[in-house]
Amino acid sequence: MTAITDMPDAPRAARRPQIGNPVLRWLRKNLFSSIPNGILTIVLLAILAKGIFSFLQWGIANAVWLTPANDSSACKAARGLGACWAIIPEKYRFILFGTYPFDEQWRPALAVLLFIALYYLSTRRALWRRELVYLWIGALALISVLMWGGVFGLSFVSQDRWGGLPVTLILATFGLAFGFPLGILVALGRRSKLPAIRSLSVLYVELIRGVPLVSLLFMASVMFPLFMPSGFNIDKLLRAQIAIILFAGAYLAEVIRGGLQAVPRGQYEAADALGLSYWRKHRLIVLPQAIRHVIPPLVNTFIAFFKDTSLVLIIGIFDLLTTAKTAIIDPAWQQFSVEVYIFVAAIYFVFCFAMSRYSRSLEASTASR
Amino acid sequence: MTADHPRPPPRRRFFALGRNELKGLFWQVLVVGIAVGVIAFLWSNTVTNLSARRITTGFAFLGREAGMPIADSLLAYNPRDTYLWAFVVGIANTLRVAVIGIVLATVLGTLIGVSRLSANWLLSRLAAVYVETLRDIPLLLQLLFWYVLMQALPAARAAWRPVEGVFLSNRGLILPAIPFGPPQLWVLGAAVLGLAVFYIIRRRLIAQQMRDGKPRPAWPFALGLIVALPAAVSLVLGVSWTIEWPQLRGFNFVGGLTLAPEYFALLIALVTYTSAFIAEIVRSGIQSVPRGQWDAANALGLRRSFMLRQIILPQALRVIVPPMTSQYLNLTKNSSLAVAIGYQDVVSVANTTLNQTGQAIEAIALIMAVFLTISLSISFFMNWYNARIALVER
Repeated sequence: MTAITDMPDAPRAARRPQIGNPVLRWLRKNLFSSIPNGILTIVLLAILAKGIFSFLQWGIANAVWLTPANDSSACKAARGLGACWAIIPEKYRFILFGTYPFDEQWRPALAVLLFIALYYLSTRRALWRRELVYLWIGALALISVLMWGGVFGLSFVSQDRWGGLPVTLILATFGLAFGFPLGILVALGRRSKLPAIRSLSVLYVELIRGVPLVSLLFMASVMFPLFMPSGFNIDKLLRAQIAIILFAGAYLAEVIRGGLQAVPRGQYEAADALGLSYWRKHRLIVLPQAIRHVIPPLVNTFIAFFKDTSLVLIIGIFDLLTTAKTAIIDPAWQQFSVEVYIFVAAIYFVFCFAMSRYSRSLEASTASR
Repeated sequence: MTADHPRPPPRRRFFALGRNELKGLFWQVLVVGIAVGVIAFLWSNTVTNLSARRITTGFAFLGREAGMPIADSLLAYNPRDTYLWAFVVGIANTLRVAVIGIVLATVLGTLIGVSRLSANWLLSRLAAVYVETLRDIPLLLQLLFWYVLMQALPAARAAWRPVEGVFLSNRGLILPAIPFGPPQLWVLGAAVLGLAVFYIIRRRLIAQQMRDGKPRPAWPFALGLIVALPAAVSLVLGVSWTIEWPQLRGFNFVGGLTLAPEYFALLIALVTYTSAFIAEIVRSGIQSVPRGQWDAANALGLRRSFMLRQIILPQALRVIVPPMTSQYLNLTKNSSLAVAIGYQDVVSVANTTLNQTGQAIEAIALIMAVFLTISLSISFFMNWYNARIALVER
């Protein structure tokens, strides 16, 4: 959290003598610095206390935590008074893994853990080396083997049975893994002095950014089959993935373009003086600096993008949000959708919050250099 | 963007073109060739597929009867109307949620952003929690959440009444309203005219004050043009301003203004979600004003409201306006999530059209055209505003 205390805010009262209990002093400075401020504090405390109290009453005290399998009568009895958390143990495997064969669900679970380990390792700056790329390629291959199976004695599971958290992570990860290089190419294209390449890049970025992602997804789900030669049918998940890659590419291109603009001209001139070719100049000199400049906005784009993968719900792909929505169609549990949404929101929150924390720490460490 | 940097003039060789130009030409021909090739390939496939499925292309279907119901709309509509009119109604619905959403999100976001900077620790912490929570949960999930909550509200007969005349039930939010017709429109027109004239007069007054330094109060003009003029028109035309109070009759409400649950859920989700981003923009904008400006204003003994309005905000706005533009665009584009809960915005209408007629290309082209137009208008307006408030440098 940034230090809120040293904001250039309102006139701070002249420094009072530092006497008395430090707790009281803190209270006086931060909560009761003036009469209106004191009133505000009391009003806020009252609202907060009431909010927390009713939430605790609903979410903990009156909540139903466990029921016998497939029996929601206890929850129905507590309806309106307390939460029905029992729906989570009842449905969590469906929410997390969708219709993946029940006995094989350790495989997507392992894939999720692999993804998380991969993200964690990628945040370690000491590991930012070429080997990390090989690690990524190896891990993604391993994840594909786990998800599809069909080799090493694993039974084959077709893509239309995948669902839940692994699908969300796949859409996001592959979207970024392919969208990022695409974004770099488009950003370079947009700054190229070759007019045809420049206009194509501008057209691509503006067209994609000007329309909602929903319409791109519709396009992927409805128009893709029209685009392809007859008899050639690509999977629904892959079509959505392509739309997401194109979408990510356009947004990342704009962020990277910002970084390219921040690289001083002298760096280009020095690279030219060394006689480096266009690609070597950018790969060795310009891009590393440009990307370092825009790490915080890049992470923010990643977060936005991770959340946006949930839009595939609209074209009926079983990502985490879709499985959550499907889980509550079950008539016995229909009335307890709020609890399920809170559970899924918590999962999304953990991922996004971790990323935003990481972005903050990166910002702090790049600023200090 | 133009060229990266100047290159040394290429050495003229045997050819008229230097090595770099040849290389550039080669790359351009290659890339354009690939692009044209891909498009031609997709195009020919599409033409083949369309003829195989007996789908005629073109916008002729727009004149046919739509037959789709649109429950909640500003403009009069019935299923016998044409697809064209259904699209217009959808566009009006998109604009209705986007315009009101932008206004509310700006107000709420500014409040939260200023709260985050408050000297009151509790207030600033609460604002921070609000921002962090809303930013890290997908908008679609929030939208579904609000929609479920709306449906869980009591039935019309047991509606909540937070204030007299306001009902909240699973039929949506029902507010008292003033019936609006041509007579009221005349009064509104007078008010708009008065505002425009007042704006011109105020500019004159400020220009005069700039010349001789004498302050000239503008409020008498404001009173005359914005208050007295519409009031006079209202009196002369004898417009009635009775408020229509909604009433429960049988199983439903009569009178008043109804915000359908779909619309209300979409509006809440868009406003709260976008306000979290706007709050961060406002906060960083205010923080970007150098500390010395606050100190100087304090040293002059200016009142806090005057200081904020005349010194801090004009400087903060320069930082705030460009990212704010993208938030407005995001809100507008995000309103397309309406399709998930069945509010019929332009995307939802296009989707239904697409399913009914199979005119996929035309329907998606219409969505894209509408959003590109809206996006370009918002950017155009915000760029104009940005240019107006930008720092004039020597």
